Amino acid sequence: MMSKIVKTITAIALPLILIYGLYVIAHGHLTPGGGFQGGAIVASGLAMIVVAFGSVWTMKKVKEKQLSILESLGALGFISLAFLGLLFSANVFFDNFLIGQNSLPIFNEIGQGLSNINTAGVIPFMNFAVGLKVIAGLFAIVLVMAYATTKLEGIEE
Amino acid sequence: MAMSYRNIFAIIFFTIVAMFLIFGALLTHPFGEPEEPIMDEYIIENTQEETGADNGVTAVVFDYRGFDTLGEATVLFTAVAGVIILFRRLKK
Repeated sequence: MMSKIVKTITAIALPLILIYGLYVIAHGHLTPGGGFQGGAIVASGLAMIVVAFGSVWTMKKVKEKQLSILESLGALGFISLAFLGLLFSANVFFDNFLIGQNSLPIFNEIGQGLSNINTAGVIPFMNFAVGLKVIAGLFAIVLVMAYATTKLEGIEE
Repeated sequence: MAMSYRNIFAIIFFTIVAMFLIFGALLTHPFGEPEEPIMDEYIIENTQEETGADNGVTAVVFDYRGFDTLGEATVLFTAVAGVIILFRRLKK
């Protein structure tokens, strides 16, 4: 638990970091970045909460069981998108089944340079799944290790 | 004072490693000119038509090499599971 200055600066800077990380995840198929990188940015912003407000306070708000559920949901989404490729296309695992079909006309557009966010078929959804997984996973690791260290050293917050 | 066996061994080992590094750096082909450019050119030319993505790296990671990303996700999942299992007993 840090001073009031650190808490205030964290509260100001945190929304900007989260928005930037979510932007990197959402535009993973257009600009440099992707699910892993944006998830790491968001998780570092959430780790700033642990540093500024203390792990005990954070553990009261977020349990690591919820983070574990979120991470498993991300992994399930990712691998179920892969199996959907196996189901809807010519039996290819990890197939981009939204490109080259006409039943869902929103997501089958092909990017041309500076293009819209609804291009690239199934890749944005995979980015979101991996981003959710990385956010929850890294934040769970940081939170659990900080909490255990606090408890081991007997630091009262 | 004579050099100890440990120092002599360190000098020989350092020389061998330095020779490996120098010859490796000298034998590298020039930057930006791969020896086998077939796969690179295929991906650069056909990424937009086949996957619809502008970012070629994301197209490779999530479409062409999806299994690799699945392996990375598995590594992260295993790390998180291991950390949570390891520190669960300290919560009480």
